[in-house]
Amino acid sequence: MLQLLIAHLAAALAAPALVRWLGRRAFLLLAAVPAASAVWALTETGSVLDGAESIIRIPWVAALDLDLVFRVDALSWLLVLMVGGIGSGVLIYSSRYFSSRSTDLGRFAAVFVGFAGAMLGLVTSENLVQLYIFWELTTVFSYLLIGHYSDRVTSRRAAMKAILVTTLGGLAMLAGIVVLGQEAGTYELSSILANPPVGTATATAIALILVGAVSKSALIPFHFWLPAAMAAPTPVSAYLHAAAMVKAGVYLVARLAPGFSTLPIWQAIIGVLALLTIVHGGVRALRQSDLKLILAFSTVSQLGMLILLVGSPFQAGALAGMALLGAHALFKACLFLVVGIVDATTGTRDLNLLSGIGRRMPVTAVIGALGVASMIGVAPFAGYVAKEAALEAIIDGQAALAPFGMPILVIFALGSALTIAYGLRFWWGAFATKRGVTASLEVVRPPLLLVAPPMAMALAGIATALLPGLGETLLTPHAGSYPLGEPGHLAIWTGFTPAFLVTLGAFAVGGTVFLARRHLSRMAFPWPEQWDGDRIYRNTLRRVDQAAAAITTVVQRGSLPFYLGVLFLVAIVGAAPGLFRSTVGANLWFGTDLIVIAASVAIVAATVLVVRARRRVKAVVLAGITGYSTALIFLIYGAPDLALTQVLVETVTLVVFMLVLRRLPVYFSDRPLAASRWVRLSIASMLGLLVAALAVIVPQSRVHDPISDRIPTAAVELGGGKNVVNVILVDTRAWDTLGEISVLLAAATGVASLIFLRHRSTERPRPGSLEDVKATLGAAEPDPIGNLRQPRSADAPTRKANWLVAGMTLAPHRRSVILEVAVRFLYHTMIVFAVFLLVSGHNAPGGGFVAGLVVGIAITARYLAGGRYELSAAAPLQPAFLLGMGLFIAGSTALASMIFGGEILESAILHWTMPVFGEIKLVTSLFFDIGVFMVVIGLLLDILRSLGAELDHQGDVLDEDGEPVRQALEPAGTIERREP
Amino acid sequence: MNVLGPDLFLVIAAAVLIAGGIYLVLERSLTRIAVGLVLVGNGVNILFLITGGPRGGAPIVDLTPEEAMSDPLPQAMMLTAIVITLALTAFLVAMAHRSWQLHRHDEVQDDLEDRRIARIAALQSAQERGDSVRVTLDEEAAEVRDETADITEEHWLAEEDVR
Repeated sequence: MLQLLIAHLAAALAAPALVRWLGRRAFLLLAAVPAASAVWALTETGSVLDGAESIIRIPWVAALDLDLVFRVDALSWLLVLMVGGIGSGVLIYSSRYFSSRSTDLGRFAAVFVGFAGAMLGLVTSENLVQLYIFWELTTVFSYLLIGHYSDRVTSRRAAMKAILVTTLGGLAMLAGIVVLGQEAGTYELSSILANPPVGTATATAIALILVGAVSKSALIPFHFWLPAAMAAPTPVSAYLHAAAMVKAGVYLVARLAPGFSTLPIWQAIIGVLALLTIVHGGVRALRQSDLKLILAFSTVSQLGMLILLVGSPFQAGALAGMALLGAHALFKACLFLVVGIVDATTGTRDLNLLSGIGRRMPVTAVIGALGVASMIGVAPFAGYVAKEAALEAIIDGQAALAPFGMPILVIFALGSALTIAYGLRFWWGAFATKRGVTASLEVVRPPLLLVAPPMAMALAGIATALLPGLGETLLTPHAGSYPLGEPGHLAIWTGFTPAFLVTLGAFAVGGTVFLARRHLSRMAFPWPEQWDGDRIYRNTLRRVDQAAAAITTVVQRGSLPFYLGVLFLVAIVGAAPGLFRSTVGANLWFGTDLIVIAASVAIVAATVLVVRARRRVKAVVLAGITGYSTALIFLIYGAPDLALTQVLVETVTLVVFMLVLRRLPVYFSDRPLAASRWVRLSIASMLGLLVAALAVIVPQSRVHDPISDRIPTAAVELGGGKNVVNVILVDTRAWDTLGEISVLLAAATGVASLIFLRHRSTERPRPGSLEDVKATLGAAEPDPIGNLRQPRSADAPTRKANWLVAGMTLAPHRRSVILEVAVRFLYHTMIVFAVFLLVSGHNAPGGGFVAGLVVGIAITARYLAGGRYELSAAAPLQPAFLLGMGLFIAGSTALASMIFGGEILESAILHWTMPVFGEIKLVTSLFFDIGVFMVVIGLLLDILRSLGAELDHQGDVLDEDGEPVRQALEPAGTIERREP
Repeated sequence: MNVLGPDLFLVIAAAVLIAGGIYLVLERSLTRIAVGLVLVGNGVNILFLITGGPRGGAPIVDLTPEEAMSDPLPQAMMLTAIVITLALTAFLVAMAHRSWQLHRHDEVQDDLEDRRIARIAALQSAQERGDSVRVTLDEEAAEVRDETADITEEHWLAEEDVR
């Protein structure tokens, strides 16, 4: 069983290549796969005859108690035979039907075989969840096959219609399956049916599952997708929309009927919808002029009959339904294939244009006649046997069916009469010689492989009818599991029973209707248009479209403040109700620490001023004050690492802002504030209040001991460090840190790519020719305090004689001796301090972040004192190299512990003794911290090189008048556009 | 250190920082947005500090007894948050500069593409969509033709050879 499914999958995957290699002959090869399932089903016949069932169980999701279970009983056996046999027949037919130059034949073959596999899985699934998966797979494959000619609007529309309708049903069914599974305590069909749950929940579940079944089987009100699906290539119509997929609904009904067919809701849904569908499909089939559409509506009508029969609680009805199921698959697939032959040879399917085809293609006409004979129920064909059994069952069940017995009988008989009428009209339309229609078509003989599959199906229709006893034996095991009535019988001749008289009556009526076809086609169609499923479908789609457009217009404003405002409002509305429910009292502690009070007051004052500031620099400096005050609070609250980091970061932030603000206007641009200002103010205030409430409630709501209680001990024992915060960063939560430094890398790259417009030079700018640089930067001007700029009373101004390497590249009025001297003395001290912080960080305040920031500030100082050439002298490495290397080192440390058999990012503590230093203790997480250190330096260097040096450079490019050249400020694209 | 609730001053500081920051973030000037994010960052960090529990000593073993330590876990998260805020600020400021280069202002413009999408959606729903055009099944069926083989005996053989 599993091998068969895998074979289908493999064949589907190989199909495109096969078709490319063998052309359309590949279909013959592929036909072997569904044929194999049919053969396999035949080998199982013995066990089905014994009433035995073969079960295969493969463990699937153990946590959900789900297994893949395949089970073959009499019903599955019948379906497997249909799916496999007709599938291989249609594939053989396809090898001659399609032109070898058809579009996407490989894809078609693949999807077709895939569908056959999904169908095989569906009808053998024992588990409802598994069944649902195959069910939806058939929907998807059907969508792909209907929309095969994806360049045609008709195909796309039909495919969309089919998938929307059937997935709507599928979703209802999934809900039903879940409820049913919960009620029954199992998802396995045989257990559910052996012990069906009862109650309202079960009834609802069953109703939902039936929605899925009737949508798949195209019963009213979902019937409209099936005629539209005729946009698919004819072999698809023959297989999916006659023999296989639409039978999935029938299968599911037949599968569940033994357990649930006595439920009133089941009988109401099945009875009403099936009866309506029988009449509706039959009447509309009579009025079509396209041969495929006749067959499509005929399928709709007969699906109604099938569901009525297999959905009844009676054993005799079930037997008749299963017989009709098999017979219908044979004759309907056969007739579709016949239509395909007519279509391919004549170029039309319109019965008003066809004439004299029967004379030219006698073999095809005979096959068509055999198919029609089985459809309308002429002895000795399978259709006849099944329909007689059905009529017998309905007539015998009159007492049990009361008071609905007579209407059901009348409608079923009417359905038979309609079948006879449109069946005759179909054959007449396809093959008869008509007066007034010129038969100017050439004589052709369809190839054998095109004729053989429908012929085989037609002959199988006779063969099965001639052995009714065998069919009865094979199908009774399932039909016998239905709850009510006596076992039914299949027979070719039962004598002049009431059923036979009904059949005679149906033939009389049907024949009359066929003869009166000209008058009928002029009569108005009695179906009220507003109830038409297709119309409801279109209106629903339009309303959904309109609603979506209305929502989009309201929501999609394109304004960032609007989007952010909505986000914040949602946060407020979402969180506030929870806070109101809190029972924690407002136990506030009025801080007694003067420093905290002072810092808080400073924060509040600075914030208010920042918001009101109109000058950019003022806003930035005031924001800095809040930052330094926050650092003070950190220090008082026992977070020295944070305080250190905050101070350094705040400093760098100020520098970053200043570097850019020198290029921006002094004042913020004026904006008409008026109304929106109050909206913003109220959103901001509400959020502030929310935060205040959170800050009061959250710390008091703690019910468990914090996890951090155990961290200090662990930090020493496992992390080998005493500074708990640092151990958390490089060991306990090192994954976080790894992610964070990746973000830093991304941000640094982002900054650089926003500033370096054309290229990011890999060469460091060097004061190569000193005179050139001086000329560009104005350093060649006379320097009034030149002698102060040299540490020694020097001779010629060599590079070594300056306080800073590149100091002399600056114009005199830009230079500051005090700064140069101070930087000269501080720089190396800062670097050494940073290394100390890095190494000691595991046990004392410090660590990679802080150390990196200190190095960054040292370099910043040199840049501020000596300009962009000083920057390249101070940091001879590319920022990208530092960033990449840092991440690499951190990542390698993470992986290295795995090589030594530890967990990822696990640290090891190494001890050894060195001659001079004595006992050395090294924790491997130091290397991780070095990675962090390098990334932070890389980030700061990138910021300096972009926002500092590169902006200097762009500002330094001057034209003849000494104004910065605009081109340097504009994007490369603008310049290129100007050139031609 | 036996405190019931958080320090009122910190609560006020965090709330004011966040309110002021959000007010600025809702502005259009990128510089103001960047400054606003710095404020929000500081406010959120103070909020973290508050939720970390009562005030304690530095979480360094041997320096502070374990029971007197402040909670180190939020501190570690805040530390990364501080550095990330720096990276974010730098990026925003670079964007502000770029906007200045291109447009001579640093304001976030409305996303015209978003508006265009909304307008097109509204237009389309006003019009009849392809699906609602009334086409009868017969008309549709008359259009639909499969790419079938040209079935004459000679051609059927020849076609295979052509391939």
